[in-house]
Amino acid sequence: MSDWVIEAEGITKVYRMGDIEVHALRGVDVRIARGEIVSIMGPSGSGKTTLMNILGCLDRPTSGSYSLDGSQVAELGDDQLAEIRNKKVGFVFQSFNLLGRQTALTNVELPMRYAGVSNDRRKRAMEALEAVGLGDRVKHRPNELSGGQQQRVAIARALVNNPSMIMADEPTGNLDSKSGVEIVQILLDLNKNLGTTLIFVTHDPEIAAHTKRVISLLDGLITEDRIVET
Amino acid sequence: MDLWRIVLEALDSLASNKVRSALTVLGIVIGVGAVIAMLAIGTGAQNTITGSISGIGTNLLFVMRGGNDEVRNPQPLTLGDAEAMRDSFAAPSVIGVAPVLQGSAEITFAGEGDIVAAVGVTPEHESVRNIEITEGEFINEIHVLGRSAVVVLGPDVAETLFGRTESIVGESVRIEGQPFRVIGITVAKGGQGPSNEDNQILIPMSTAQTRLFRRSGSDQVDMILVQAINADGVITAEEEISAILRNRHRTAIGEDDFTTFSQQSFLQVAETITNVFTIFLGGVAGISLLVGGIGIMNIMLVSVTERTREIGLRKAVGARKRDIMLQFLAESALLSLFGGLIGIVLGWALSMLIGAISAASNADINPVVGIDAVLLATIFSAAVGLFFGLYPAKRAADLEPVEALRYE
Ligand SMILES: Nc1ncnc2c1ncn2[C@@H]1O[C@H](COP(=O)(O)OP(=O)(O)OP(=O)(O)O)[C@@H](O)[C@H]1O
Ligand SMILES: [Mg+2]
Repeated sequence: MSDWVIEAEGITKVYRMGDIEVHALRGVDVRIARGEIVSIMGPSGSGKTTLMNILGCLDRPTSGSYSLDGSQVAELGDDQLAEIRNKKVGFVFQSFNLLGRQTALTNVELPMRYAGVSNDRRKRAMEALEAVGLGDRVKHRPNELSGGQQQRVAIARALVNNPSMIMADEPTGNLDSKSGVEIVQILLDLNKNLGTTLIFVTHDPEIAAHTKRVISLLDGLITEDRIVET
Repeated sequence: MDLWRIVLEALDSLASNKVRSALTVLGIVIGVGAVIAMLAIGTGAQNTITGSISGIGTNLLFVMRGGNDEVRNPQPLTLGDAEAMRDSFAAPSVIGVAPVLQGSAEITFAGEGDIVAAVGVTPEHESVRNIEITEGEFINEIHVLGRSAVVVLGPDVAETLFGRTESIVGESVRIEGQPFRVIGITVAKGGQGPSNEDNQILIPMSTAQTRLFRRSGSDQVDMILVQAINADGVITAEEEISAILRNRHRTAIGEDDFTTFSQQSFLQVAETITNVFTIFLGGVAGISLLVGGIGIMNIMLVSVTERTREIGLRKAVGARKRDIMLQFLAESALLSLFGGLIGIVLGWALSMLIGAISAASNADINPVVGIDAVLLATIFSAAVGLFFGLYPAKRAADLEPVEALRYE
């Protein structure tokens, strides 16, 4: 078995809006190895989010082949995709997407509930929150937390099921630069300690500077894929 | 996801919008409340009616003068007819015959007075009509033969005249101005309205015929009550007495100048009427349940739209279609179930209120909230929630995760 977490070839995505076809991705080939840290960069509308959604199994490509952790995604049904999102992928969104009425703790428990974990759910959620430095905020609701803290809860939620990769779509986009740096640092530590593959979608060269590999997209095509020497 | 967690989360979500949940549930509350109250009143009315019909006696037949519209000049029923029915050869299924003569009469005692139903009876009346005496005795053969001026009072009459229902036997009252001696008081049966037997007086048949109600024929009676030996004997008894009367009245075949009703047929008619009444009211109440269900569907659709992003997020972290489906179904079912439970309480309170009002107005309907009605309402309201929640839940479950996450 290869050690590629992601092996995608000829990925296209076409959105149909009435008579107009929007070619968001026009043949993307990308392989990402286990434990890699990758930035996907590019101007607005270049297809970054679209690509990330497909790689994270939130969406299906119009054509192309994609295998994640060795399984061909095209062959999987909706429930199996849900299971992949649940167990293998952790998402971190620009707008946090926490459940507003739930505490930090229950927000972090959510993926484990869908995974059917019932025994040490609370304990594992606590550990995840401690790992992102929020051990003292577990009973807070999102509106009682700062933006940076909310994003840390979202990271705790993303890592609680021990996914093989975390996908972060502009995770610092709604944060000031200081908490942005903290967020990136938490994710980088995660990679260092657990070997979790990290994929950042970002406009921010600062973040890209932390990653060893930068993939540049333009109009749905990869224009550059370079390894940054540090 | 464990069920308990689903329920808790659904409760939390419903509680987050209390006013909306309360208003949504109102339709179900009213629907279920109406169903419960209507069924309770229907059952109560039925019990009252069957109770008062059964209270008349057991295995009775009522024989009255007059046949169908085509029969002209029907002959009156007479004491002779009643006597003929006692013939154990011609009528082996008959064990009791009680002719009656009815009318109203003014009864007075020491300035107190009232106009009450007065019934001329024979001694057999006591067993045929199941009459019980609290003090004194019932009218006997000697009273009838002697045309005695004696009277048995209903307890309400006693109350009106004497202000008590005890130690009255031996007192002298006036009926239509003539002195009568009180010989007995009957046990209260708790009737009401014009047929209230507690407010009637019983006098010997012969006394009634000669002193109170003069009919054209001296022998004439208004009705004859016939008691059959048992429930199965009612029909044969009916045939036997019909044959006797046809013979005595010399009527042509198919032109009976008398009519018989069995107690059973009264019960059946009463049951049919109250059933129709119950079904009709239940139907009206059912429609309001339906309207309540549509209200739930409407609000659930709104809720799905409002929570599109939440649904997207849940799917992103691994919720399957059925998880989302269950979540929304739990909400609509719980919403409706709550409505149902509140409705049951409301319906119960309503039927108690109606019971109290009817008791106060002397129309003794005792509404009965049956356990079956409660179960039915509970199951039905949960089912309404599930049914009308199905479509919104399906809408939620079928959302594409990416589209849902993008939703503003
Ligand atoms: N649901 C959709 N329907 C139609 N067109 C879409 C849809 N989603 C994305 N697109 C189009 O696909 C293209 C790529 O969009 P995408 O969101 O991937 O861009 P992006 O690189 O993430 O941009 P940004 O940096 O602004 O987030 C854009 O032209 C966009 O208009
Ligand atoms: Mg984007």
